[in-house]
Amino acid sequence: MSTRTTAPATRSGGALDDTAPAVEVADLVKRYGRSGRPAVDGLSFAVRRGEVFGLLGPNGAGKTTTVGVLTTRVRPTAGRATVAGIDVAADPVAARAVLGVVPQRPNLDRSLDARGNLVWHAAYHGVPRARRRALADELLERMGLTDKATTDPDQLSGGQAQRLIIARGLMHDPQVLFLDEPSTGLDPQARLFVHDRVADLAASGVTVVLTTHDMDEAAKLADRVGIVDHGRLLALDTPSALVAGLPGEATIDLTLRGADAATVRGRLGEVRGVAGVDDRTDGADEATRLRVRCDGEAGAALPPVLGAVAATGATVDQVELGEPTLEDVFIDLTGRGLR
Amino acid sequence: MTRSAARPARSTPGAPTTAGPGQGRAFLGVLGRDLAVTGKEFGSFISQVLVQPFFLLFVFGVVLGQLGYVTPDYAQLLLPGLLALNAFFVAVQATALPLVIDFSYTKEIEDRLLAPLSTRLVGVEKIIFGAMRGLFGSLVMIPVGYLVLPRVDWDLGGLPWAAVLLVLGSLAGGAAGLVIGTLVSPRRINVVFAVVITPLLFTGSTQFPFLQLENLRWFQVICALNPITYVSEGLRGALTPAVPHLPAWVCLLALLVSCLLFGLIGIRGFLRRALD
Repeated sequence: MSTRTTAPATRSGGALDDTAPAVEVADLVKRYGRSGRPAVDGLSFAVRRGEVFGLLGPNGAGKTTTVGVLTTRVRPTAGRATVAGIDVAADPVAARAVLGVVPQRPNLDRSLDARGNLVWHAAYHGVPRARRRALADELLERMGLTDKATTDPDQLSGGQAQRLIIARGLMHDPQVLFLDEPSTGLDPQARLFVHDRVADLAASGVTVVLTTHDMDEAAKLADRVGIVDHGRLLALDTPSALVAGLPGEATIDLTLRGADAATVRGRLGEVRGVAGVDDRTDGADEATRLRVRCDGEAGAALPPVLGAVAATGATVDQVELGEPTLEDVFIDLTGRGLR
Repeated sequence: MTRSAARPARSTPGAPTTAGPGQGRAFLGVLGRDLAVTGKEFGSFISQVLVQPFFLLFVFGVVLGQLGYVTPDYAQLLLPGLLALNAFFVAVQATALPLVIDFSYTKEIEDRLLAPLSTRLVGVEKIIFGAMRGLFGSLVMIPVGYLVLPRVDWDLGGLPWAAVLLVLGSLAGGAAGLVIGTLVSPRRINVVFAVVITPLLFTGSTQFPFLQLENLRWFQVICALNPITYVSEGLRGALTPAVPHLPAWVCLLALLVSCLLFGLIGIRGFLRRALD
């Protein structure tokens, strides 16, 4: 494919598109209206070809705005964004030919049936008429929707609609597929199916950029995860490397009653082997919830931890041992939970 | 713009956007979708187009004539006016209503906004498509007129000029629809249709010749602001020249200005709604 880069060569060098990153964002700023904090505030990252890249952050972190800029629907205030080496602001038409979008909200064409949605999408993208129908049927089959080909979008379940939208995004064989919160609002089974399809895509060489506020989804699907908050990139690495970068190798989750969180945290901090304590009290009930990160095995740290809690006069309701997750990384970076 | 088998267009050096065969194909794809959907819903489309003008024609042209309240000549004056009315209004509705819903609720248009086509051209497609429906809506009034009215005395030599006026009137309607569709919120669309559309319906010189309003000057001034007036008057000039009418060049100029003005405002509004 010979598309032209209208702006200066990308940072990784190379005038040829094949050497450019699949997606590159440099010092991106987006401010809605005149005043207020920017939704995206100097974001920079690059996505390699064939990679599944996750943007993880809470709602309002600027993920959807970033994807909006990359998919030519949001005009950047400053900075640069390229997809397959094409500057999306300078040449949105060329960019649209090489990217596919699965939006956060279902936006299927309700005047057309499932197959019609795919066939007409192909028509917009100049897929030759003779190939549209066969391609649509092939993708319907891949997404497990063959028997829904003549069903209207309103008649599809949430999961089916999402799979149809993914199929639509693939009809023009994009180099990069953007998925904005792909499994939000889906039941667990539909979610799993969507996850499997994303994994298939990655295996077939399509670059995938997905946004999510779900750390499990990010850890499961993404080769690398960028953690964003308030429109800024806080960390970027593989999920395992992000977790490995945390102090502590294991976690002890404590549910306590009659505890003064600050006192308990203070005591726990003095216990040998404890690398950190996060307050995860959610206010749902009277209980205090703490996550203790400890060096080495959780089992070894457990007796002194429980001892320290008992010394404060608090009662332990529940103990759970585990390993740190991306959520711990987020809390470590921002001091608060993802949700 | 030409068709070609090659996939995504290569831009010419120095051009700000990738133009060429790719965009032409995408434009035809988007237009094709709208036409296919119209074909699918043809029954409801044709009834939406025909019912109101049919009754206007029947009551004013036939019933009142037979009762002796209007002269038989009145029907000759009314039919071109109804052609003009349908050209403009069918186009306005075809463009405005789906856009109001698309932009505010369903976002169905997003997939077309993501086609390899400049956003401006998606707006132009909306105008063209609305105009095509408007043109069709006015043309079907011709057989209806011949069927309903006792007689139709048209100067058939004026048909080419009438066709030009109908095309321009439909385009002006499509462009006006784009203005309404991108400016009005769905909560207000009912109000807008009541307070904007209804006056347009009765100030378009559809039911009376514009030039004979000289004793009702203030009303004539209002009618002069309605683009439908120039379609109605132009059509009378072409098809029923015996009825007093505005000169052709005035109609042509006014319609070109309407197309340009509504088109510019509409496309601006479209860009504002389509891009954040």
